[in-house]
This record gives sequence, structure tokens and C-alpha cells, in this order.
Amino acid sequence: MPSTETSQRKIRIVVAKPGLDGHDRGAKIIARALRDAGMEVIYTGLHQTPEQIAETVIQEDADAVGLSILSGAHMTLVPRVVALLKEQGADDVIVTVGGTIPADDISELKKLGIAEVFTPGAPTDEIVDFVRGAVR
Amino acid sequence: MAIEPEARRRAHEWMREVYGSAPEREALFETISGEPVKPLYTLDDRADADPERDLGYPGSYPFTRGVYPSMYRGRLWTMRQFAGFGTAEETNERFRYLLGHGQTGLSTAFDMPTLMGFDSDHGRSLGEVGVEGVAIDTLDDMETLFAGIPLDEVTVSMTINAPAAILLAFYVVAAENKGIGPERLGGTIQTDILKEYIAQKEWCFPIEPALRLVEDMIEWCSVEMPRWHPISISGYHIREAGSTAQQELAFTLKDGFTYVESAIERGLDVDDFAPRLSFFFNAHIDFFEEIAKYRAARRIWAREMRETYGAKREESWRMRFHTQTAGVSLTAQQPLVNIVRTTIEALAGVLGGTQSLHTNSYDEALALPTEEAVRIALRTQQVIAHESGVTNTIDPLGGAYFIETLTDEMERSAHEYFARIDELGGMVEAIKQNFPQREIADASFSYQQEVDSGQRIVVGVNDYVNEGEEEIPTLKIDRELERKQAGRLQATRADRDASEVERTLGELRAAAASQANLMPLFIECARARTSEGEMVAALQEVFGRYTETPVF
Repeated sequence: MPSTETSQRKIRIVVAKPGLDGHDRGAKIIARALRDAGMEVIYTGLHQTPEQIAETVIQEDADAVGLSILSGAHMTLVPRVVALLKEQGADDVIVTVGGTIPADDISELKKLGIAEVFTPGAPTDEIVDFVRGAVR
Repeated sequence: MAIEPEARRRAHEWMREVYGSAPEREALFETISGEPVKPLYTLDDRADADPERDLGYPGSYPFTRGVYPSMYRGRLWTMRQFAGFGTAEETNERFRYLLGHGQTGLSTAFDMPTLMGFDSDHGRSLGEVGVEGVAIDTLDDMETLFAGIPLDEVTVSMTINAPAAILLAFYVVAAENKGIGPERLGGTIQTDILKEYIAQKEWCFPIEPALRLVEDMIEWCSVEMPRWHPISISGYHIREAGSTAQQELAFTLKDGFTYVESAIERGLDVDDFAPRLSFFFNAHIDFFEEIAKYRAARRIWAREMRETYGAKREESWRMRFHTQTAGVSLTAQQPLVNIVRTTIEALAGVLGGTQSLHTNSYDEALALPTEEAVRIALRTQQVIAHESGVTNTIDPLGGAYFIETLTDEMERSAHEYFARIDELGGMVEAIKQNFPQREIADASFSYQQEVDSGQRIVVGVNDYVNEGEEEIPTLKIDRELERKQAGRLQATRADRDASEVERTLGELRAAAASQANLMPLFIECARARTSEGEMVAALQEVFGRYTETPVF
């Protein structure tokens, strides 16, 4: 049985709400589902700047960050978070996005290195499985 | 209503012997809020009913059957579609288009920076200007927004809360500059700050000073704007945050009573302001539960206003409300199916006796709606109004065993929540202790679990899934608009008298630290073309800010 550090360490994931929108139903459901699945979940709360999110990811030594955006500002905010993580040498962190994201933007976001985009209706177990698979 | 023992016996017998041996599907027989539903409702469920006491007649206490005597036979509900995007110029064009197509009222959606009290050129506004609504920074923008629109003829609704008093000041001055006094303005501004802390999460200040701003507006409007609704006490966002119907009802009404209590504490006469309070509910997909919710809401409000708060005018007992179909029920998968969901929800709002209605567009789980999607949403209301026949009679479901039982249960569960909130020291305390926030998060999570486990079917999402779905066209907001709006704001800044801005802001700061009503000061600031962000920042120096401790 392998006993490497990664298989024992709990997955650490930041769930973040960038920008000004207050729609936190999805973020809270996902945070709780990931926690129930045995992960260490750090929920940033609302109204975070990209700088605050990058700082939290680095301080918390997170494996992944889930960005929840329902304000339509994803094409401004997501690239900034990605750039900040890169600048600070944290580009190995898995970044996912959830929210009302039109199809055209999904392909743009994936080109930026976003691992996956979840739109309304995505089941929580699919998200949990994705994070598990991507972090390992 | 006394019922014969014989009828009662027959109902029991049917349940035990006839239904008991009939087949039943493997399914969740519960409302979407998790309330169990019986196979059949009979006279037996209404043994304690007193229709004279609990239902009355339309337009009379306790208004269970409707707030007006002739309801939709007298006047249809107002079809009021929410709109706003880009700068004031783009939205003004959309407003004129809607008025040109027979819409009688306007409803303004503001962008996130405006809702949160940031100017369009603030760092926090980046990427959000004009995206979810229209960007308004100064009086100049408000004047552009309503250019060419007769403000004394149309009613205008504005969905804004934390900085509501500031936006109202812009509106009043914009009208004044057209020669229309505040006493001639009709419409509604949302202003309901308590539900922001509970659910929608758009705030500028801590709870107490925010409540003071609400009461400043209620007081000022009760004297200066007799045709205006200074607040729309909203359950919509509570429901969208994942609450049950019972929580939506209870938290919204409790918020309403909290505003009433603080206005009374300030020394206002309840009958001077209560007639101008209005409400806003969600229309979710569980048809009968929603109808029962509206009927119960009217009855509870009437009873409490009369019995607990001593209101004497009928107008003070009458709960008028706007309804919007549930955005949260829409799916990104097979979006055209959303038209069906919206139709069912809109019909619930109508059968529940709403005064105005917004129907969501089928593409709203993907983006802001396209013009085509908005038109279909409006047509949905027109089909209900003119083709379905449901407007021919008032409260058509009144007296149905099931609806009346659900209505009673709704009223009962609201009172249970009122008692729990009172035990915590009232709504403000309950919010500080995260009580409603936690109740909503729990409800929302357990619903999601039922969907994920397949106990609840959402068509196109966890069953009846289409592989390889076709994409639908969505609305794109031009990113140039952000720069355009920042330019407009800078032009205003360059053109105004800076010393007037300083003077009005200084007076606002001083008044904020006193007990004075701030409305006249906002109006002074607006006249000096002080920006929204500048006023909010000045107030934050006195009031501080709000930070949430999130629960999940």
C-alpha cells in the first residue's frame, strides 16, 4: 500500500467568491459537499478581490481553488486570479470556475488553464470527483 | 365549519380501505420545501376551518382571497419586466422600447458596483460596470436614464438596497429638473436591507446604521412622496439563496414587522407609513405551495398589522406584492424547457393574486436575456392574462381542501419561525447570530442532496438528459461600455463645482454623526453632482463597514 504524503494529506481547496456579486448559494453548497467528501475547505466569503484570493490560496497552501461567479465578470476576474497565481509561483494549483458562464467563454477560460467550468445543474458529486482526480 | 361525523367516517374509511390497497409509485410525495403531502384532502382536513374568519372576501380583511374587491376583473396585474445594462444611454433606449411595446411600468436593474456603492472608476468595479444592470454614478446618469420619459405618468421601480436613499435622491432631483415635484412621482424602491444580510449580500454599512437609512427614507417619503413605495420587503432573494417557501414567508414578514417596529419607535404613526409598504415574493415551481404562500402572507400581514401593531386603516392591512418567477429553478441544460417552468410559476403568482409580475427569460441560467427571450417571457404573461381564462374569477382555488390546508400550514410555520426569532432577540439579533443564514444554507444543501441522489428529478439535469445539446445565442455586453461609463463620470467630475461637492459631503458626514434625517442631505449632494461612491465613502467614515462571518 503506497503511503506517500499526497495520499495521506487531505486535499486543501479554497472556495472563493471573486467580485461584487452576492450569489453564494452555489459556493456554499459546493464548500459543504467538498468538506463532507473529506477535504479541507477554506471558504473566503463574499466580495473578494483577485489579490485576496491569490493570497488565500498561497497562505493556505491549497491544492485547488474553486471560483464561483454569477455576475458576468468572469472574463475579467478569472484571468487576473490565474495571472496572480502564476506570478507567485502557484501555477500548479488547480483552478475551477462555477456559475452562469456562456459556452463561448468556457472555451476561452480553458485556454487560460482553467481545469473545468461547472454551470448550473452540475451535480456536486461530479465536482467532488473532478477535484479528487485533478489534484492527484 | 361543523362537519358531520358520518362524512368524517367516510373519509377515514376511504383512506384506510380504498386508498390503502391502491398502488403507489416509488416517489417523494413532498413539496419542494420538503413538506409531506397527503394523497387526498377532504372535508375532514377542514374540521376546524372558519371561512368567514380566515378567508373573508376579496378586498376585505383578512384579504386571504385578494387585496382588491374585483382583482383581475378590475385591472390586470402590471407586467413589469426588469431591465438594465450598460450605461444610462443603453438602458434608456431599452426603456423606451419597452414603453413603446405597451409596458406600463419600468423596472430598473443596476449593476453590481452601483448596488455596492462603488463608482464605475473604482478598482473594485473592474469587469462589473454595466454587466448585470445599468451603471449609475451621478445625477447626470440618472437624468440620461429617464430622458424623454414622462416620470409623472409611468411608475418606476428601482432594485437597489444599501445605497437606496442616494439613488432615490438622484431620482427626485432628476424629476425636479424636469419640473416634476416628488409628490407626483409613483413607483417603488427596494430598500430592504435586512434581506441583504440574510440572503442577497449586497451591503455598504453595518446593520444598525443601514436600518436608520431605511427609516429615514420611510419617514421622508411619508411626507414628501405620497405616491411612492419607499420599500419593497423581499422574499425573492431569500428563496433564490435556497430557502424553503416557509422560510421565505417567515423571514420576509419578520423583516417587514422589524421595519414597522423601528418606524413606530421613531415616533411615526403606523397608519401614516404602513400603506406605502410593499412586498416582493418568489414564484417557485411547486405550484400549490406557492399559491398557499401568497394567500397566507396576506392573511398574516393583515392580522399582525391590525392586532399587534394597532393599525386602523384598511390600507395598512393590505399586503400588495410583486412576484418574480424563480431564477434558481432555471437550468442551463435544454434552456427552452425553462419557458415551461416559468409558465407554471407565473400562473402560481397570478392564482396567488399578485399585483405585478416579472417572468424570467429562458436563457437566464446562461447570461442576461436576449431580446427574443425577453419577448417570450412577456408573451407568457399575456397568454395567461388573455387566453387561459384564469382571470375570469377571483381566487379560483379558494375553498379547495388542499389549498386551504396548505395556507393554514404556511401560516402556522411562519408563526413558529417568528417565535424562534423572537427568542433570539428579534430579527437583527437573529441575523447577527447567523440564524436565518444557517436555516437557508441547510435547506439549500438538503435539496441539492435530493437532486444529486435522484430522489428529486429535475428534467434535463438528472433525468431526461439530452446528449450533445445545441448552444443557444446569448447576450454579450460590450466591454467598451466600462470605459465609456468611466469617461462619463470623469466628465461630470471635471464639470462640477468641486467646492460644492466638498461642502455637501462635509454636511452629510456631520449629519450622519447626528440623529438628523439624511434624505435632504442626499438631495443636496445629488444637486451638487456628488457621486454615489463619494457619498457612500463619506458615510462609511462615520458608520463603518459590514463584514460577514460566513456559514456553510
